[in-house]
Amino acid sequence: MSSINQSGWKPEMGNAGDTAPATYTGNKALMLEEALIFEIGTAGTTGVDLAEAPKVTARLGNLERHRDIGLPGLSEPETVRHYTRLSRQNYAIDLGFFPLGSCTMKHNPRLNERVARMAGFADVHPLQPVETVQGALAVINELAVWLIQLTGMHGVAMTPKAGAHGELCGILCIKAALEARGDPRSVILVPESAHGTNPATAAFAGFLVENIPATAEGRVDLAALKARLGPDVAGVMITNPNTCGLFERDMREISDAVHAAGGYVYCDGANFNAIVGRVRPGDLGIDAMHINLHKTFSTPHGGGGPGSGPVVLSQALSPYGPLPFTERHADGHYTLVEEETAGERHPHSFGRMTAFHGQMGMFTRALAYIMSHGADGLRQVAEDAVLNANYILRSLEDVLEAPFAHSGPCMHEALFSDNGLAEGFSTLDIAKGLIDEGYHPMTVYFPLVVHGAMLVEPTETESKATLDQFIGALRSVAERARAGDTSLKSAPHHAPRRRLDETQAARKPVLVWREPDQAVAAE
Amino acid sequence: MRYLPLTPSDRQAMLGVIGAQSIDDLFVDVPAHAQLDGPIPGLPNHASEMAVERHFSELAFQNMTASHHPFFLGAGAYKHHVPASVDHIIQRGEFLTAYTPYQPEIAQGTLQMLFEFQTQVARLFGCDVANASMYDGSTACWEAIGMAGRITKRTKALLSSGLHPHYVSVAKTMAQYTGDRLDIALPELSAQTDSQRLLDAIDGETSCVVVQYPDILGRIEDMSAIAAKAHAHGALLIAVVTEPVALGAIKAPGEMGADIVVGEGQSLGVGLQFGGPYVGLFACKDKFVRQMPGRLCGETVDAEGKRGFVLTLSTREQHIRREKATSNICTNSGLCALAFSIHLTLLGEKGLRGLAQLNHALAVRAADRLSQIPGVELVNNSFFNEFTVKLPQEARPVVRALADRKILGGVSLGRLYPGADALSNGLLVAVTETATSADVETFAAALQEILA
Repeated sequence: MSSINQSGWKPEMGNAGDTAPATYTGNKALMLEEALIFEIGTAGTTGVDLAEAPKVTARLGNLERHRDIGLPGLSEPETVRHYTRLSRQNYAIDLGFFPLGSCTMKHNPRLNERVARMAGFADVHPLQPVETVQGALAVINELAVWLIQLTGMHGVAMTPKAGAHGELCGILCIKAALEARGDPRSVILVPESAHGTNPATAAFAGFLVENIPATAEGRVDLAALKARLGPDVAGVMITNPNTCGLFERDMREISDAVHAAGGYVYCDGANFNAIVGRVRPGDLGIDAMHINLHKTFSTPHGGGGPGSGPVVLSQALSPYGPLPFTERHADGHYTLVEEETAGERHPHSFGRMTAFHGQMGMFTRALAYIMSHGADGLRQVAEDAVLNANYILRSLEDVLEAPFAHSGPCMHEALFSDNGLAEGFSTLDIAKGLIDEGYHPMTVYFPLVVHGAMLVEPTETESKATLDQFIGALRSVAERARAGDTSLKSAPHHAPRRRLDETQAARKPVLVWREPDQAVAAE
Repeated sequence: MRYLPLTPSDRQAMLGVIGAQSIDDLFVDVPAHAQLDGPIPGLPNHASEMAVERHFSELAFQNMTASHHPFFLGAGAYKHHVPASVDHIIQRGEFLTAYTPYQPEIAQGTLQMLFEFQTQVARLFGCDVANASMYDGSTACWEAIGMAGRITKRTKALLSSGLHPHYVSVAKTMAQYTGDRLDIALPELSAQTDSQRLLDAIDGETSCVVVQYPDILGRIEDMSAIAAKAHAHGALLIAVVTEPVALGAIKAPGEMGADIVVGEGQSLGVGLQFGGPYVGLFACKDKFVRQMPGRLCGETVDAEGKRGFVLTLSTREQHIRREKATSNICTNSGLCALAFSIHLTLLGEKGLRGLAQLNHALAVRAADRLSQIPGVELVNNSFFNEFTVKLPQEARPVVRALADRKILGGVSLGRLYPGADALSNGLLVAVTETATSADVETFAAALQEILA
């Protein structure tokens, strides 16, 4: 037998030294270019089969649509392929390590997806008679009880749709409480390191925003804060652990001082993951705190939402919380307190924040996550999240400046600055270099109090092997930036796109697709 | 615990690198009085996947689901058939477990999808531009009122009595704190809207007129005259669409002169989910784009000249502008926007038109059938897939009696407008492609029996 292969096929390894030629399609094997639906779809194509409409005389108020909408359609196979191809141009927590500081990109368990899709939750209408949705109300109530217990607070408002919406809820509670006692106040104090949503929220609610300075070690300056308190200060908004990754040691003193001056304490709970199960914000004198279910309790971020931002409230603020909410009765059945019964059950509510009952689909997921961990597992969540962050901090502080490394252990995130990089190299270059290494970069240029900030949040769902590889990769990229390796300036080299021109995007905004001839005409 | 990969020996090794003796050393900055020394008492410990699933199954089973019963609820949330591929695609990890696209080179999937979504929404609403989504229709509506205030520098908003009462409530909540003045009224149980009231009230202090289309009772009315008068007085017309499928059959609000069009996108691609998460739609004229709230995705090129997409005009937003931002919104409703966009791509022009036609025809038939019941009177002259009937008695107990017979028979106006006696006999009935003629017959027969 001369050959087992009679087809002429000969295994050859090729020449690894070849440079890659441009391809006809622009594709690079598994990296596939994908046109817009407006370029590949047509008005006459549809991917659904519909029953024929019975003949009736239209009663549309003589407003029948005559103009085309301009919506392209694709068949089902083309649709699945279009979006599957798009999906492959995304980085995601399912693909790899995603250490985006302050965003808590942890594993999203698929059990949570399964329970959220149970027909009993996914396929019920928000205005069904309450007798027909007792199980849905039970989920809301069970989650509410967990959130109250985990935070040591008095009540919880479940309807806010995301973190910033929760902030607004808390701030409106403060405003309502002050108005109720005939003591309108105009100022909210916010540390410079705060998330941008904090000042935006306070300003929306009509408050003046004043910054509180930080100490050299990265914490709120207690003395400066105390000095500023007075009859015009409605409250403070403090993130704890803060965005420098540090626990605010003086939190109790801050709360006591604010209370003594007649104000209230709002806590941004974006970083609750660091302390869940180990510290109850209620023990620190907090009056209101939103909990991003999409952070601490692992509901998926979905490329920018939906989130969910329940707000736990102190006894002082609970009477002002929004409508509607669920009430559990002694016999185990649930009712809803809406506008109708609010006068009797919740007369001081500041009102409604959203049309219905909040993010039910997120409640189911978060409750499944919480039940899976239980009280013991949640404590372990905080401990492992903090351990992982400190491991990264101490493993990299020799190549990246860690401005607050001397301030004690970090909590769930490690903060570095761009100090020490070669002339002309910045945090952005490190971020783009990490993309080539197969990572989503950390949060960059936030918090604003640190030059060229890099905020690394590993979360608890990463293994030591993952952290070790990331530490090696970030060390390598940081060393290149310190050495002035110019190839880093043009990174990423291996992503679906090279650096994108954000200046052009903002100067001449193209926010919708137009037919090429229309696009020219519009210029 | 199945979601925590560190082993005890990993933890020990890592503490060694850090130079700590125990995990407690890492929490030294937490004052002793605030430290819990063990799991919070009274709460259960961890549970297996099977145990958790069983608990949820039991609770889910206590709810009456839309798909398994004759179902006619609407009022801002609609049951449509969502194609199987929609849910498949949104569960791909690259969409489901991605973050807001802050690093565009590795987020082109989400960004291109948002660019397509913005274009679809703008075209559907007849507007120039749309944003990358808001939380839901109700919050999009009050954000629009706020935006009109910034543009006109006026504070008086006229709200149509046909605006969803929960949207009115949300706007009222916000107006308490923003200084906006809202001119509101209750609807009447008649074919007549209050457009004359709105026309009469528009003046030089008016910031905007807010009109729902079709309105809460299902009525459809031309908004052109309101737009014209508003514009003549330097005010804006905000149109609110809670059932976007309707726009496959009726004129787009932009065609009638609306300056800002907002809506609830749940109807397309997103399930009922007991009220959330949904997806707020937000579109407007080009000239107002810099006053818009929320994220915007724009087209640009990369360093090699290839087309790509980025988040843009972020100087409007909270993370740059802080207390001067156009809104405090950060996370929006990205994955629901994806579901909306996929569903609309599957439908296309042809499919959406067909779906709208089918909805309308089935609703017309159902309205005729229900009006045959003695004492039941159709309120609307015009409607799309939802209409109001006036019953000879209060509608709330009727809805409960229907539920006892395993029929989810609409939304009583008493639920939406507690205390408004003039509305309490009104029943809002939505009929989509999911309602079979047998469902309508079952509903009609039961209603007749209950009213008898």
